[in-house]
Amino acid sequence: MNEILYTLRGAPVSAWIGIAIIGLYAVLAIAAPLLAPYPEAASVGAQYQPWAAPHYLGTDALGRDVLSRLIYGARNTVGIALATTALAFLLGATMGLLAATLGGWFDAISARVVDVLMAIPALIFALLILTITGTSVLALIFVIAILDSTRVYRLSRAVAQGILTMDYIEVARMRGEGLWWLIRKEVLPNAAAPLIAEFGLRFCFVFLFISALSFLGLGIQPPTADWGGMVRESAKLIGFADFSTWQTATFGLAPLLPAGAIALLTIGVNLIVDWVLHMSSGLKE
Amino acid sequence: MRTILSIILKRLLVGCMTLFVVTIIIFGAIEMLPGDIATEVLGQAATEESLNAFREKYDLNRSLPARYLSWLGGAVTGDFGISLANQRPISELIGQRAANTFFLAGYAAAIAVPIAVVSGMLAALYNGSVFDRMLSSSTLAAISFPEFFIAYILILIFSVALGWFPSLANVDPGTGLGERLYLTFLPAMTLTLIVLAYMMRMTRAAILNLLALPYIEMAHLKGMKRWRVIAVHALPNALAPIINVIALNLAYLIVGVVLVEVVFVYPGLGQILVDAVSNRDVTVVQAACLIFAATYIILNLAADILSIIANPRLLHPR
Repeated sequence: MNEILYTLRGAPVSAWIGIAIIGLYAVLAIAAPLLAPYPEAASVGAQYQPWAAPHYLGTDALGRDVLSRLIYGARNTVGIALATTALAFLLGATMGLLAATLGGWFDAISARVVDVLMAIPALIFALLILTITGTSVLALIFVIAILDSTRVYRLSRAVAQGILTMDYIEVARMRGEGLWWLIRKEVLPNAAAPLIAEFGLRFCFVFLFISALSFLGLGIQPPTADWGGMVRESAKLIGFADFSTWQTATFGLAPLLPAGAIALLTIGVNLIVDWVLHMSSGLKE
Repeated sequence: MRTILSIILKRLLVGCMTLFVVTIIIFGAIEMLPGDIATEVLGQAATEESLNAFREKYDLNRSLPARYLSWLGGAVTGDFGISLANQRPISELIGQRAANTFFLAGYAAAIAVPIAVVSGMLAALYNGSVFDRMLSSSTLAAISFPEFFIAYILILIFSVALGWFPSLANVDPGTGLGERLYLTFLPAMTLTLIVLAYMMRMTRAAILNLLALPYIEMAHLKGMKRWRVIAVHALPNALAPIINVIALNLAYLIVGVVLVEVVFVYPGLGQILVDAVSNRDVTVVQAACLIFAATYIILNLAADILSIIANPRLLHPR
């Protein structure tokens, strides 16, 4: 039965949809200055314009072009989420692989620390730390990366422990290979598939997390265009939506556009993650 | 019986230890401020007298362990000290709001839990059907959609377009229960949608794992009726994982509530926490974080203990 589910969800079509979505976002993020018709933070028209040329998705409270801000948002939000995930992975995977390979006190202590960190809900912990550090992009990246690395740590430790019981590790150890060599040449290649899938999942989580913090006004700060912040800024417009004409109905969509942009990218990544998990099929659930 | 008791006691002990360490972290975080709270709040230009008066007022002159103990003692009895921002007692600020938050989470749970358990079981029974497939795609949506996306879609449809429910959940202590349920319907629906898919999927997985076991097959082979196999043979064993699923998702609800409260401007603990973080009102942040973290840890603990109790295997140790 799981077979059916997974062939269904891991069908190449869904994976291709995911790849197409991510490709689109990548193009938007990289070529933002070329694609966006207006600058990111400049006031270019009257405030709250409806959807009509030259502002195809209208303007916001400060007269900034929403379409341009959406395009720049791809660069800012996704860029920061990607940097955070990479840092979380560097930290979590290194610690996890080391803990599994070294064992002993290092393993015991790091596992306890991670247990405690994971006992507090991530959002609450992040809010606590951000109170102290203040809301800067750098603080945001570090706080979320450290909190998120706990999950990576657990997974990479579990996967590595499984691999370390294999005979080829025993052989390598008897050959006298060093710790670094073991991790790099034996453990890492075998742990690659679940770690890649986990990277996708962690990226989604971090991305949603940063968007949520920005939505609360505690993440990426204005005037930087960011989707979570855009939802926050345009939230009150939803009350002015009037379905009698097409032009006024678009006000209702103002917070849904950036929120939808977040949702679409997460769906895309999830589709690919499902496919990777299906292919490697070692760690299905 | 003795083994099950010792398992539970051990788990309780671990839970209490975790709670203790978490209080230390929450209290200790304040010490990571560059300088101390007095200079942080009053600014670098503050005179020595005003700094000393401030330290006196907030009891900052004593040693760290002594302050921690009095803070912890106060927190246990519901006294969280004074807010840095407006000098009012924190318990006064958050008392009603904490009740509101638990009301909202409980409301959402009351809708989500029965629906999730029943439909998760149906999905497991009719595994591979259209209903089952719809469920797995809705899980993808639930993982992918940010909480506020769901919230604004609901507002646009049910509040702006149809006008059935208010988009702002303005409740005050005098609001009656019926009115309260009506006002908080959209936030509760949002929370329900967030956890529903997870809960259904986890329930489904728990039952499916069980249905694959040989003794269920044996019951079928004996010619037992399908419903009887489920109700008498499968359900008692499925209880532990299902209870676990419910408690874990309630813990998740407690955190999800923060964003939903902000969207619907609901006067709850999450909203005051977010405000306090942006004002850097450290004492209020500590109090709110402590309540959220403690609830989360206790629910996780409850999940573990209930599933230990509900696990029939542990009652008859080999």
